[in-house]
Amino acid sequence: MSDEQARDGLGERPGEDGLGERLKEFVGRPAAVAGAGKDPVNAPMIRHWCEALGDTHPAYTGPDAIAPPTMLQVWTMGGLSGHPGRTGAYEELLGLLDAAGCTAVVATDCEQEYPRPLRPGDEVTFDTVIEEVSGRKTTRLGTGYFVTTRTEIRVAGEPAGVHRFRILKYAPARDRNRDPRHGGEREVRRPQEPGPRLRREPEPPESPRPRPVINRDNAGFWQGVAEGRLLIQRCTGCGTPRHPWLPGCNACGGLGWDTVEASGEGTVYSYVVVHHPPVPGFDPPYAVVLVKLAEGVRMVGDVAGVPYDEVRIGMPVRAGFRRVDGELTLPVFQAVSEVTG
Amino acid sequence: MRAGERLEPLEIPVTRTLIVAGAIASRDYQDVHHDPELARRKGAPDVFMNILTTNGLVGRYVTDHFGPTAVLRKVAIRLGAPNYPGDTMVLTGTVEEVDGDTAVVRVVGANGLGDHVTGTVTVSVPGAGS
Repeated sequence: MSDEQARDGLGERPGEDGLGERLKEFVGRPAAVAGAGKDPVNAPMIRHWCEALGDTHPAYTGPDAIAPPTMLQVWTMGGLSGHPGRTGAYEELLGLLDAAGCTAVVATDCEQEYPRPLRPGDEVTFDTVIEEVSGRKTTRLGTGYFVTTRTEIRVAGEPAGVHRFRILKYAPARDRNRDPRHGGEREVRRPQEPGPRLRREPEPPESPRPRPVINRDNAGFWQGVAEGRLLIQRCTGCGTPRHPWLPGCNACGGLGWDTVEASGEGTVYSYVVVHHPPVPGFDPPYAVVLVKLAEGVRMVGDVAGVPYDEVRIGMPVRAGFRRVDGELTLPVFQAVSEVTG
Repeated sequence: MRAGERLEPLEIPVTRTLIVAGAIASRDYQDVHHDPELARRKGAPDVFMNILTTNGLVGRYVTDHFGPTAVLRKVAIRLGAPNYPGDTMVLTGTVEEVDGDTAVVRVVGANGLGDHVTGTVTVSVPGAGS
């Protein structure tokens, strides 16, 4: 049983990527050779596109119309009737992924260059090469592989566009319930799972951010936050500051305490970057920091004003407050830039 | 046209009609862009916008700003949080660099879940460099 559990969604053990090794062999192989657009560049398709997207740029209408450059890929799409120009190699690559359970696909990146405009009547041809295949990746959507292709588009042999495209072919993750990116009504019902879970829970109308647990021990702290003050407990016996709030002093055992208002100055003492699991109201990846305040206590929080991957130990921060929604304000740390100008 | 210039934000209401019309106009018949039931089976709560539509909206945002003579040279985008029906995507942009009549614009499209799209657009505006 433990052997089974050690395997990931694609049936491989940690550190193992047999499928990935096979997929790597496709890098550099053509995905389409001398493919041809199903239709010449034409005014009706341009009009449908512009209407759908609300694009009223004048260059795309009239007798001298060009196609919107961002339509580049449209002229090479297979549509409902499929891709007759694809090579065996690309079909084989996709087939291997399908067979491994990576039946779902989502596009992640698109990079296009437009050396010349496309005009109605232009007939496009294209060649596509498999440029890159990633190792196995686990994402919010599921586990799978990123596949990058590069397509060169020509008209009458002349370069008319370059299109680099990255997709994720993945095995859908089973449990979407806790993923904040999949908002709206939370679907808790699972057909094979009877009992109390057979119900739909409406998403809370307010922000999905979890509420702090406020009790008799820490109510004073949250009262302070509501007033825009960061309050630290202090033992009236030995004077030791403490946080988080507790009934007694860890240093002397005394039960008497008062509070001091933090200056808000501090430095990052430690941090972690959260990629997984997703938690409602949070958008991974994000850094969770442990800040050492000037008063000597440490406090867990969020650091704003700096990307998650630039948070560093020793980084100076200043405490502030963020109003999350109508009824919740949270303390937040702001990165303090050391050099200005 | 100068580095640091900010483009007026553009709000795009993400409707089912926009998602489906954009998918069909781009000949993208992946079920996740028009069939909510099949989208759910693939791990999404609803249909979501396809990358071609996003690409087109990013291009439109930049040419809307620079006017009728603007010509797109390059568009490079990366998708993040999906665009689901009922959400609103707000496009914002900043001119990062200018070389003659060509500018590189950094574009971000944010929705209720986070950044749907980030990318750069290279655009030429004849006469703008003089």
